[in-house]
Amino acid sequence: MTQDPTITTGEAAPVEPKPPASIRDTDLSCRLPLLFLFANAAVWLLIGSVFALIASIKFHSPYFLADTAGLTYGRVRPASLDALVYGFCLQAGVAVAIWLLARLGRRTLLGGLSLVGGSVFWNLGVTVGFLGILAGDSTGYELFEMPGYSAMFLFLGWVLMAIPALVTFHYRVARPLFPSQWFIVAAVFWFPWIFSTASLLLLFYPVRGVAQSVISWWYGQNLTEVCLGMLGLGTVFFLVPTVTRRPLHSRYLALLAFGVLLLVTGWGGIPNSAPVPAWMPALSQVSNLLNLILILSVALSVWRTRWPAKPTTAAGAVTGNAPADSASSRGLPNDGTCLSFGIFATASFLVAGLMRSFEAWLNPNELLHFTWFSTARTELQVYGFFAAAIFGAAYYMLPRITGLAFSWPRLARAHYWVGLVGLVLIVLPFAVGGILQAIQLGNPAVPFMNTVRLSAHFLRVSTIGELLLLAGHVLFAANIAGLLRQLYRARVVPVYEAATEDLFEVAEGKA
Amino acid sequence: MNYGPLIFLAAFFALSGSWVGFVLTPQMQVGQLQQTNVVVSGVAYPLARPGLAREGLEVYRANGCAYCHSQEIVQTGTMRNVVLNEAGTNQAAAVAALMEVTPGTSEGQAREVLRALPKTILQGVTKEAADAVTKSLSTAGAKAEPWVVPVGPDITRGWGKRRTVAQDFLFDYPVMLGSQRVGPDLANVGERLPDPNWHLRHLYAPRLVERKSSMPPYRFLFEKRRIEKLRSADALDLPAEFASGPEFEIVPTRESRALVAYLLSLRADTPLFEAPFTVAGLAASAPGTNAAPTTRGASTNAANSPPTNTPAK
Repeated sequence: MTQDPTITTGEAAPVEPKPPASIRDTDLSCRLPLLFLFANAAVWLLIGSVFALIASIKFHSPYFLADTAGLTYGRVRPASLDALVYGFCLQAGVAVAIWLLARLGRRTLLGGLSLVGGSVFWNLGVTVGFLGILAGDSTGYELFEMPGYSAMFLFLGWVLMAIPALVTFHYRVARPLFPSQWFIVAAVFWFPWIFSTASLLLLFYPVRGVAQSVISWWYGQNLTEVCLGMLGLGTVFFLVPTVTRRPLHSRYLALLAFGVLLLVTGWGGIPNSAPVPAWMPALSQVSNLLNLILILSVALSVWRTRWPAKPTTAAGAVTGNAPADSASSRGLPNDGTCLSFGIFATASFLVAGLMRSFEAWLNPNELLHFTWFSTARTELQVYGFFAAAIFGAAYYMLPRITGLAFSWPRLARAHYWVGLVGLVLIVLPFAVGGILQAIQLGNPAVPFMNTVRLSAHFLRVSTIGELLLLAGHVLFAANIAGLLRQLYRARVVPVYEAATEDLFEVAEGKA
Repeated sequence: MNYGPLIFLAAFFALSGSWVGFVLTPQMQVGQLQQTNVVVSGVAYPLARPGLAREGLEVYRANGCAYCHSQEIVQTGTMRNVVLNEAGTNQAAAVAALMEVTPGTSEGQAREVLRALPKTILQGVTKEAADAVTKSLSTAGAKAEPWVVPVGPDITRGWGKRRTVAQDFLFDYPVMLGSQRVGPDLANVGERLPDPNWHLRHLYAPRLVERKSSMPPYRFLFEKRRIEKLRSADALDLPAEFASGPEFEIVPTRESRALVAYLLSLRADTPLFEAPFTVAGLAASAPGTNAAPTTRGASTNAANSPPTNTPAK
């Protein structure tokens, strides 16, 4: 077994009675539960992007599918967003997180059944919630639209999925921690906290007046920036060093990022103009400024890991684990694709963070957050950063945990380019259109209808972007379906054939 | 950072910071707001929405109206208008004072102003300037008062009279401030567009009202009925291209009527301690009268811009 480059502390692991599991064993132990999670996540990804496309067409063609209550824009949009965030992002995020905990802890997965059971509850919750939104039961709080009757399933699902994560983490064989593990453990614990807070105080024992809005902003911020941020950064901090086969640039820089994410980022999220006591938007503004430390330290970490200042000599280079654990080089997507996704995720994280600070500080008429600019920022954070990190990790881990090659490895590269172009075509028009929209909203001499007409042009471009994203997701889902099919052929068909042969033999024997 | 429990504790304490800050403290502060008395008139504000409007809030929530409409008027500050109410007994002194405070006014113009009082003599000045003008006019025996006028692009547009404050949403559940302005702000739509039939027609076919509207039609909130003998009293009046044949009529369902009742109940037009502005006539009205009709009556003076209750010039 080669030394894991991700463990850079140099501390010797304490003597353990149990020898560390090989990378191959940890990978294979995750196979079925994680494939289950990934297959479900891929289905939600497709559903979410189809609905996102419908919503996007409605932006400029309001009469499209307008006569069905369930398909009106105000239901389709939250449904698509929640399918993507809860169905895909969080579920796939948990899958990657658990794989990382097993692999970094050199421990085979513990509690796979609980993981699958949790995923069943989770998917039940997302399904019920998704249909509930379409049926008109949305809660009315952004990013928390799923009705109260789905919240129990989601909470239970998360707890059942968190148990194997924490147990695998606790019984890890390699004791020293790699930064990814900090991020993941914190996220696994923080999500149920924010989710239960929001459920209790917004749905079951609702608080009074705008306290609801404050809690819902806090929840949205902690969901997209803190929880997804932690899961995504944990993934990126693993992916980039592993694929480049270099140690992470600096553990202290990662610690700084972790600290800022814990202490500062959760305070953002209250818009400047919110009708609440002024201290709340002021605190958010400060948080959005200090958050620059986070995005810069992350960017620097990844940059220095990918392009080190001093090229490491062959003797000094830490050997990577990628060659040792790859089942076969044939059929694996080029690791470069995984790396590209990781770099792309980091770049999106950087830009989304800059946009947030821009919105908080360089926004004199306080109208920017009412525009498409803030949509662009959320899109960049959720898709450009989080989903890209997950795609990179998925293309890296799926062949390794199944021990099978992708059916169409080149589609991974195609997915990357289609996704990149699609995202740029969404984020750029939204951001530029949003700024123009804010300028026009701030000038009462411009009639409002002019603003509507102006943004229509940008929205048309974004529909092309949504279409490309959907195409990329189809490629991703196709590869997962290919893996499932191969797994079925490799495992189930022989068993079935063996069983039926016996039956025939028995029958023939009788005859 | 190599110990799991350490990570857990760090995460616990650090993350609970934002929980205390943005869940617990807001609940203790804005979560405990109570009905208050409106400045000047002394009536309770806000009042809970009437039954049908409460139902309409559910329709608004279910159909995600908040994804395109905010209910949040942004205000950049306040300015003062000076309104001259009475000239007093000493006409000559009042004219002299008026000429002094409004440079460029000839004596004839000043006399003209004094003939048609009350009249706004200064607009959009700072508090200090307004106070000084009021003082010098009252020294001359005239009665002037500075009016508080909120300013900001939203207010100039006529979307609202003052900034939206926490008090406005006291009895709403859920509170839907909205995050997008794909469509115009609705914080004060009940006062801005008070005709229920306009709203019903707009919901049924937005392009009937605004040709380039990007709002989707909500035809599923209406019922298409065959006319049996007589047209229903509440059937929509639609031009030929939107109607569905002479033998059919379009009748609003309870949902659409509830939604319109809710929209009409959206009127953040009451001056509050934290969002003051001067309403014509309110100061003179006896305390204890219902504020809403008074403000509505006052606002008809200034149906067009600027929407700040400035008396017509």
